[in-house]
Amino acid sequence: MSSYQDMPIAKALNAGIHAAMADDEKVLMFGQDVAQLGGVFRVTEGLLKDFGPSRIFNSPIAESGIVGTAIGLAMRGYRPVTEIQFDGFVFPAFNQITSQLAKLTSRSEGFLKMPVVIRIPYGGGIGAVEHHSESPEAYFAHTAGLRVITPSNSNDAYWMIQQAIKSNDPVVVFEPKRRYWQKGPVNLDTPPMSMHSARVLREGNQVTLLSYGPMVPTAIQAAELAAQEGIELEVIDLRSLSPIDYPTILASVQKTGRAIIAAEAPTNLSISAEVAARIQENAFYHLEAPIIRVGSFDTPYPPAKLEEAYLPDADRILEAVDRVLAY
Amino acid sequence: MTDENPQPMLQLLAPDGTYGVPSEYAEYGEIISNLSEFELTRLYRDMARMRRFDTEATALQRQGQLGLWVPAVGQEAAQIGSGHAVARNDHIFPSYREHGVAITHGVELMSILKLMRGVNHGGWNPEETRFHQYAIVLGSQVLHAVGYAMGIKLDGKIGSDDPENDLAVISYFGDGATAEGDVSESLLFAAINDAPIVFFIQNNQWAISSNVSDQTRVPLYKRGVGFGVEGMQVDGNDVLACYAATKIHMDNARAGKGPFLIEAMTYRIGAHTTSDDPTKYRDEAEVESWRAKDPIARFEVFLRRQGVGDDFFEEVIGAGDELAADIRAQTFALTTPGLENIFDHVYTDPHPEIDRQKAWLLAYEKQMGAHE
Repeated sequence: MSSYQDMPIAKALNAGIHAAMADDEKVLMFGQDVAQLGGVFRVTEGLLKDFGPSRIFNSPIAESGIVGTAIGLAMRGYRPVTEIQFDGFVFPAFNQITSQLAKLTSRSEGFLKMPVVIRIPYGGGIGAVEHHSESPEAYFAHTAGLRVITPSNSNDAYWMIQQAIKSNDPVVVFEPKRRYWQKGPVNLDTPPMSMHSARVLREGNQVTLLSYGPMVPTAIQAAELAAQEGIELEVIDLRSLSPIDYPTILASVQKTGRAIIAAEAPTNLSISAEVAARIQENAFYHLEAPIIRVGSFDTPYPPAKLEEAYLPDADRILEAVDRVLAY
Repeated sequence: MTDENPQPMLQLLAPDGTYGVPSEYAEYGEIISNLSEFELTRLYRDMARMRRFDTEATALQRQGQLGLWVPAVGQEAAQIGSGHAVARNDHIFPSYREHGVAITHGVELMSILKLMRGVNHGGWNPEETRFHQYAIVLGSQVLHAVGYAMGIKLDGKIGSDDPENDLAVISYFGDGATAEGDVSESLLFAAINDAPIVFFIQNNQWAISSNVSDQTRVPLYKRGVGFGVEGMQVDGNDVLACYAATKIHMDNARAGKGPFLIEAMTYRIGAHTTSDDPTKYRDEAEVESWRAKDPIARFEVFLRRQGVGDDFFEEVIGAGDELAADIRAQTFALTTPGLENIFDHVYTDPHPEIDRQKAWLLAYEKQMGAHE
């Protein structure tokens, strides 16, 4: 018998980190304001009380320093979990993540393992000021040596953060910021599939709708609306952005013949663009229509009063559904 | 550059080889008094070895055997002196010119030549020698060193008075790297965590073509003070000063007294790399003035005054010739690595995409009959 508990994504992440820290004393948690405050989103709330200041501590406001020292701690045998406060604040750490963390295992020909987790709340929709709403996942998925995952619901949040902490490779965990308070059941006993597997959330045979992170609930909403008109979308949550689970994607597209990829990020050179390229390369003769990317525009993230029009919603997805079904 | 309230630079061995201990640095002199003849001659032996290695590597590069060489001629005292003061279990985070430090910790020198030839990107095991991978992005390794030192402290490996238990870290970087934000962040993280680390700056005066006077307004040994890291300046061409300063401050770090910064004043006699042309940005007269402060020549004068005779110096020359012949032969014998090396070790855990691409390339090359 599995025991289920309803909790928001933020709380599920908290419970997952708690479980990992209880399981392995080498797991450390640090970043800006993560200790007494529990992080600006309270994802690390209460960990200080249970694990003390040598296991969870505040870092200076220096993102390169946070990741750079995490690398050194990993060399010493620790498994650091770091928090970057917001998506737009990760760039001061870009060199340490892409040129150091991602490359030290290959530079040392495998002598150095880099079990470092970088948690990044990402995406828009919260009415924030500049640099607090971005979707920079493609930069990291483009970098060899990193693994990139993004849970979209509480159960995945609880388990995928633990799988990331157990990984011997660096994992960037993009957390769907605007869904932090979205509640869902967590199975506390049985881990789901690998953190690198995509999951079919809703079966359908007319169009494959691929999505990830904060856009997944929007994709589900679009599928429900389409169903009211008798159109059956197969919704897949990618879950992992590096590596991407192509077998699951291709099996679906081979069935439906049509694919739409919906994500918050600008479409130019995005995860969506890569998935589209790989589908046409590997399922060309199954395709009945062009693959469409539904995303945001190739502009800086706009001021909050304009973000509703900037971010894709269910209607924009359905507009794409109409277009692929016209073929 | 101005230095208000300067502290005198630690120098025990003058350029003419005269040994003397300034009264304010008595404890540093004591460290040297306790060195055996074996330890003193080893400092000379390894400085000579480092220079011979460097000269031979430069020749190998000129002959097309290495893609690049990064000469360290002139910096022998800074590297051999400090390197030998680092205990066997301490950890060393170098930049990319620390061939001498590598010698002091038994790093297989062919590892460095393989990197410069393009056989691999380093690939030595840092757990074996405690000498970590070379870091080419300036200052990046200093944060790793601080993180490592924070880990040592978390492990309770400082301040126990047990030399088998206690550990410290040393990180090497140059005057140019001090401008990197990572170095400032390193000083801050080390200070607030009381991390057991010594920051060792080899100020060789030139960051490619930029003079140190274009990199700082305040002497670099004072760079840490605002962060809470005290520092001192040593004569980087004086192997005894470099040894004594590093020994005392690594001991202090191991004892739990927190971070410290050493600025070793030295000079890059050669080019930045074999791709550089220093005649475009500095005067020969300046180079000559530093040749006159050569670290090896002055230490030879010192050793001879101590009674070390011709036999020893001849033996060192012979060992150098042997080393040169040996690395030359080994470099010529290096083979091109297998194509699987492109893919192996990108990740520690299995990765389907990398496996797929590796299988594809190997099959493609086989089909095309490449390398035949």
